[in-house]
Amino acid sequence: MRTIAKAALCLSAALLLASVQGQEATPDVLVKNVTLEVVDLIAKDKEIRGNRNKLIELINEKVLPHFNFAGMTALAMGQSWNKADAGQKKRLTEEFKILLVRTYASALAAFAEQKFEFRPLRAKPTETDVTVNVRVLQPGAQPVPIDYSMEKTASGWKVYDVMVGGVSLVANYRTEFNNTVRESGIEGLIKSLSAKNRTLEAAGGAPQK
Amino acid sequence: MRLPASAVLLALLAACATADGDPRDPFEGFNRGVYKFNETVDAAIARPVATAYRDLLHEEIRSRVRNFFSNIADLFIGVNNLLQGKIQDGVEDWARFAFNSSFGLLGIHDVASDMGIEKHNEDFGQTLGRWGVGDGPYLVLPILGSSTLRDSVGTAADIYTDPVGDFRPIRLRNSAVALRLVGVRADLLDASRILEEAALDKYVFQRDAYLQRRRSLIYDGQPPREERIREERSFKTPVNVEPAAGVNDLRVVQHAHDR
Repeated sequence: MRTIAKAALCLSAALLLASVQGQEATPDVLVKNVTLEVVDLIAKDKEIRGNRNKLIELINEKVLPHFNFAGMTALAMGQSWNKADAGQKKRLTEEFKILLVRTYASALAAFAEQKFEFRPLRAKPTETDVTVNVRVLQPGAQPVPIDYSMEKTASGWKVYDVMVGGVSLVANYRTEFNNTVRESGIEGLIKSLSAKNRTLEAAGGAPQK
Repeated sequence: MRLPASAVLLALLAACATADGDPRDPFEGFNRGVYKFNETVDAAIARPVATAYRDLLHEEIRSRVRNFFSNIADLFIGVNNLLQGKIQDGVEDWARFAFNSSFGLLGIHDVASDMGIEKHNEDFGQTLGRWGVGDGPYLVLPILGSSTLRDSVGTAADIYTDPVGDFRPIRLRNSAVALRLVGVRADLLDASRILEEAALDKYVFQRDAYLQRRRSLIYDGQPPREERIREERSFKTPVNVEPAAGVNDLRVVQHAHDR
């Protein structure tokens, strides 16, 4: 177990170096590098696991640049997205981002001690929209698949949806968002998202931003 | 005895059916009531017991308990795989049971996974789904939680065939059932906390996650692609407005576009 972790660490360090030196990592390598780097940091530093705000800081720094939050928000909103004006879209994206990062941080903290299995990407090099499969192996249970939907943009590969155990995060927010918009409009949704974030912030200790 | 009870339940459900709302969840009012009841029971009993179980017992012991029940479950996971025509998976499940029951000392060690025979996730609800039975209306069952009409029938069959139900004496059976429940709830402590954090409306979030999850399980993680999400991307692909390195040029475009 420890040797595997060490081997994975060396491998990820090597890959990370390769990806820094090479111009562009393939999406599967990108996911692998970022996941291993973050999980390793969490595993090494007990303090991060206990301190939600430190963990969120880590995610903000390492993971966030690889996500297309505006795209995620638009997808989660579905038809309602076009009802929002530019300013509202920006605020929606900001609030949703804070919520997603927090959720992602909790999930990572819960999975950090498990073994990850990275599947090589089965896609043609010309494709610009791919799904990267990762599996979390846990003793006595079926492995949990984590699938990242990614698209190629001018600034590299960006994640626009994450599926955990077959559950799409983006699709799962859609009903909630649409219900709220129907009941209290776009402003109502922004308000309830930010209220949710404030509550979590207060529960998590010091303000995170 | 059973029949009248279910007739009453159906009548209750029909009375609660609402015209608007999610078409997958026609009994939302009734379901929310049961959900609230379950939440109360969970907060009062299940969660505290599960938390104590997790905090007091070392993972080493908890994983033995988990493996023991997981091994017993492999028997009917195998049956379900065979019923779904997945012969190889079914044989693997029974091979798991054979190895784990013997070399794994009555299942407390999952030696089969170490040998590379992977655990599967099957139940009668999934088998019915594989046979073409639709979800039916979403239901929240007392104590058991999220389900659908199809999965409720499946769960009844799961309980009927549950080998732990044959444990004797009765006191041993009851203790085993209770221990298994506590273990399952303890393993869900992280997940339920995440749900608590992530959802605006927990009921809706959990329902949608359940329906997505079941669909994925029925097709063993390879459901026929719902092109919905990808197709919608074509109508609008907003650029990342985050201060990610290297996207500043794109942000300018976005802002210009906004104005």
